[in-house]
Amino acid sequence: MSNGLKVLTNGILKENPTFVLVLGMCPTLATTTSAINGMSMGLATMFVLICSNVVISLLKNLIPDKVRIPAFIVVIATFVTLVQLLMQAYLPAIYDVLGLFIPLIVVNCIVLGRAEAFAAKNNVGLSALDGIGMGLGFTLALTLLGAVRELLGTGACFGCPVFPDNYGALVFVLAPGAFIALAYLMVIINKIQNK
Amino acid sequence: MAKLESTFKNMVLSLVIISMVAAGALAGVYLLTLKNIEAQKLAKQEAAKLAVLNGHEDGVAIEAAVDGFGGQFRIMVGFDQEGNILGYEILEHQETPGLGSHMEHWFKNADKPGQNIIGRKGGALQVSKDGGDVDAITAATISSRAFLKAVNQAYAEFKGTEATTGASQLHQEETIVEQEESEEVL
Repeated sequence: MSNGLKVLTNGILKENPTFVLVLGMCPTLATTTSAINGMSMGLATMFVLICSNVVISLLKNLIPDKVRIPAFIVVIATFVTLVQLLMQAYLPAIYDVLGLFIPLIVVNCIVLGRAEAFAAKNNVGLSALDGIGMGLGFTLALTLLGAVRELLGTGACFGCPVFPDNYGALVFVLAPGAFIALAYLMVIINKIQNK
Repeated sequence: MAKLESTFKNMVLSLVIISMVAAGALAGVYLLTLKNIEAQKLAKQEAAKLAVLNGHEDGVAIEAAVDGFGGQFRIMVGFDQEGNILGYEILEHQETPGLGSHMEHWFKNADKPGQNIIGRKGGALQVSKDGGDVDAITAATISSRAFLKAVNQAYAEFKGTEATTGASQLHQEETIVEQEESEEVL
């Protein structure tokens, strides 16, 4: 069981997909204009990650090595499309915000990366835990980045005004601000972890 | 169970089976959610229509689509019989969050007459940078230009159909039919 716990926490801290592995930068930079956007994207990715890890772990012996990447991509793309359809039908408010970014989960390196590096070599239970851990790590990272950018850019946090938005630095909501905020967060987190 | 060898037969079989199961799952969920998704779209359109008419029963709600900064966006504009703007709603857009996305509120801010278009006559609205009298969104002139172009387009359509049919109620239904057709093309 301690092994399972290690797998679970691995994704949150030691191998955080965003701050340590630096995987899946496209959705990270594109969707974190506000804390809530970042969090929703993280949760959607987590869902896909858990499902794909479980299914790929179950199928790992049925997929010949030479065609494993196309097989993984088909599995992942199927789950992403399912998420998109379900969200559009039952969570229209979130879909309005995130709809554009959902297809990006297919090309998120974390999902394929974990399928290849973990689910294809481990059993179902551990793969599910790895999906949860990595998903949580990704969600936390995106929420943090979104919160920082929202606060500095518009003066609000999760939509609640902290200071008047006239003082916000617009650049943080735009693409350059995403890179700047991400870089500083990485520095801070590496500093804390190396202590 | 031992891992399958990478023989041609195994590779083809495994990919075909995985793809077929995936396609089946997708088709199932698509059929399951289709009704709901259509209902959501319709509800949004109805809500927008009510909002842009702002309680004026003889008004006309018209949809317009233009290319903005981040791709095509669609708006709905309400006009009264004289062609004055009653209200507008953004139906779908991909403008920059925090900049172009401000158009959802910017042009109906009653406290700032320079940027408010409610109550103005449609047709020749332009941002002040182009010699018009509407203040553009700060740092989002392209989105603002596109927005006003869409409003003018809607007005042109309002004028055009006004002359031929003269019946606003009829026209509303026409627009809905047009939208559905254009969606299918997309």
